[in-house]
Amino acid sequence: MKANVCFGIVVAAAVVFAGNVYSFCGFYVAKADAKLFNKASRVVLVRDEDRTVLTMVNDYQGDPKAFAVVIPVPTVLERGQIHVGDQAIVDHLDAYTAPRLVEYFDDDPCKPVAVYEAMKSMARADASSVGPRRSAALGVTVEAEYTVGEYDIAILSATESDGLQTWLTESGYKIPAGAGAILQSYIRQGLRFFVARVNLDQQSRLGFTFLRPLQIAYESPRFMLPIRLGTINASGPQDLLVYALSRKGRIETTNYRTVKLPTGMDLPVYVKGDFADFYRDMFAYQVKKEDMRVVFLEYAWDMNWCDPCAADPLTPRELRDLGVFWLDDPRDRPGARKTTRGGQAQDVFVTRLHVRYDAETFPEDLVFQETGDRTNFQGRYVIRHPWTGDTNCDRGRTYRRDLRDRQEQEARQLANLTGWDIGTIRERMNLEAPRDDGGGSWWDQLWND
Amino acid sequence: MPAIPRYDPRIYQIFVLAILVIFGATFLSFDINAVNAAVILAVAAAVQLACSRIVCLGRYDLRSPLISGLSLIVLLRTNTWWLAACTAAVTIVSKFALRHNGKHIFNPTNFGLVFMMVVSDRVWVSPGQWGSAVLYVFFVACVGSFVVNRAARSDVTLAFLGSYAAILIIRALRLGDPMTIPFHQLQNGALLVFSFFMISDPKTTPDSRIGRIVFAFLVAVGAVWIQFGLYRINGFLWALAACAPLVPLLNRLFPGTTYQWRRPTC
Repeated sequence: MKANVCFGIVVAAAVVFAGNVYSFCGFYVAKADAKLFNKASRVVLVRDEDRTVLTMVNDYQGDPKAFAVVIPVPTVLERGQIHVGDQAIVDHLDAYTAPRLVEYFDDDPCKPVAVYEAMKSMARADASSVGPRRSAALGVTVEAEYTVGEYDIAILSATESDGLQTWLTESGYKIPAGAGAILQSYIRQGLRFFVARVNLDQQSRLGFTFLRPLQIAYESPRFMLPIRLGTINASGPQDLLVYALSRKGRIETTNYRTVKLPTGMDLPVYVKGDFADFYRDMFAYQVKKEDMRVVFLEYAWDMNWCDPCAADPLTPRELRDLGVFWLDDPRDRPGARKTTRGGQAQDVFVTRLHVRYDAETFPEDLVFQETGDRTNFQGRYVIRHPWTGDTNCDRGRTYRRDLRDRQEQEARQLANLTGWDIGTIRERMNLEAPRDDGGGSWWDQLWND
Repeated sequence: MPAIPRYDPRIYQIFVLAILVIFGATFLSFDINAVNAAVILAVAAAVQLACSRIVCLGRYDLRSPLISGLSLIVLLRTNTWWLAACTAAVTIVSKFALRHNGKHIFNPTNFGLVFMMVVSDRVWVSPGQWGSAVLYVFFVACVGSFVVNRAARSDVTLAFLGSYAAILIIRALRLGDPMTIPFHQLQNGALLVFSFFMISDPKTTPDSRIGRIVFAFLVAVGAVWIQFGLYRINGFLWALAACAPLVPLLNRLFPGTTYQWRRPTC
């Protein structure tokens, strides 16, 4: 059976996750994690100077026999540069960096106002094989072959894409039509190919029912992610989530615009139950507004803390497992704490980038640079529950009047962010349309389309 | 005698750069920090004044530091105001301190950026932060500078952009890449600022036309090599700084007449 080569890594079912974690700065109520997006590839990119550790998450759900991956890499990788990681840590990183919804409750407007300073939350935070002679005839050199965990891995270099395609096909890989030109470009750029598929014997021996993430470490000035191969047989735009862990500051793309997602908006309270729909539609609407030509920044934060926390910051051990090589291995230190809470300051800055792309709008591979920017940024959306008690006082009456304006503002904000129909939003909020409709124009309601 | 344009082209450059700064900060979400912008302009003007007093016996022209300052605001990124101040100071001082035969060697903005990126990892240039729509508008505004510039040195800009585009297209053909790739690589606002406001600086380019064309070609080759051979970002900034010391040699090989602004300044 031929393995379908998977150039992107697929995330299946969309599941809404909601947890409850307390924070001083609003109550964290929900997050929009990677599971919201079908077909999202997830990559953790650890980078300092010219050293890179790449973790590729694999949520492939089909028959393991049919799974294979081909990734262009800048250097030949030795056995020690390849590792099989723990998906739970990537899921933790995803949860920690996910866009979040927080909620506040309005105070009793009739109660005397107490002046206090808000405290800041600091959560310290079956395949055939091609013989050497045949390989040489095809211009393909098998630089190395390893079995790592449940994967059989080969590092290939090639002189011509035709030979490489033939080699892959004869080795049981099913290469999509149109891959030749891109493989040829990578060959001429001097890249090697990391080819992996599942070793079923190893998988049953190890007892894993899912495919664990593959990790590779290499040293190269190239700070890029190859995305072109993944666009060949894609049925539509694909999502890629990059979680970059760096030392100096935020990571950005240098050949595409990196744009911050709209954040900090007050939204209608009913969004609490629809946060997943809200975030999916908001992201899709923003992608459309930017003509699907930008990379969105969803999170940029010092790994020592968070506010509010969608999940605890990663522990030094988890970071080390993801490849943050400049941290001391906490396992080497006797009595080392398990979490960062109250522990050593971590020299790690995390950037979460989310890109929706296709071959037309993203013709080139993504190229990155590390900036010196350590400004914190998060996708954070706010709901404010109105006071439902007695408002029978002067300030209470003012509060009721202001509340109506505030809710109208929230409805408009939601419509602007998602492109949802303002009438439906008002309906769900039990809000009447304003008679003079404030900033709207007389023609807004004319054709209703 | 070199042809002197009727209008000082620097006025037009200041106008275009100022519009770009305002538009970029307002509509393109450029990370232009108001404090940094004010600090850069103030320090550039003050250092120019101090250096003019010392070197030129009091002749002072605000246009030159304004162009340098506005170019820095468009290109320089830092979250630290004093690093912005240092960059502005280094930019202007380089003009007075690093001279050969009465001309400064490096384009001041180019030197300021490259120097600060070498000494500090808190200073960077973001070449990807431009939308393609604004690029076309900006490109037209830049081309407008040719009209104002008239006989001044547009040849170096055209030679650089032509060489750079040709090398990228040849590279794509060699790799078998679609043409969308080199065209996408050329849609870069920082490249336009560089081509129209930096490499075109008449004071730091060779005196003869042939010298300028050779110079522009060398910078283009260097930029592509740094970008796609060494895999470093902002190849053109590094290439211009590396090629600037070759200008005296090019002037010796291909002699010409030194450019003078409409009103001579330091």
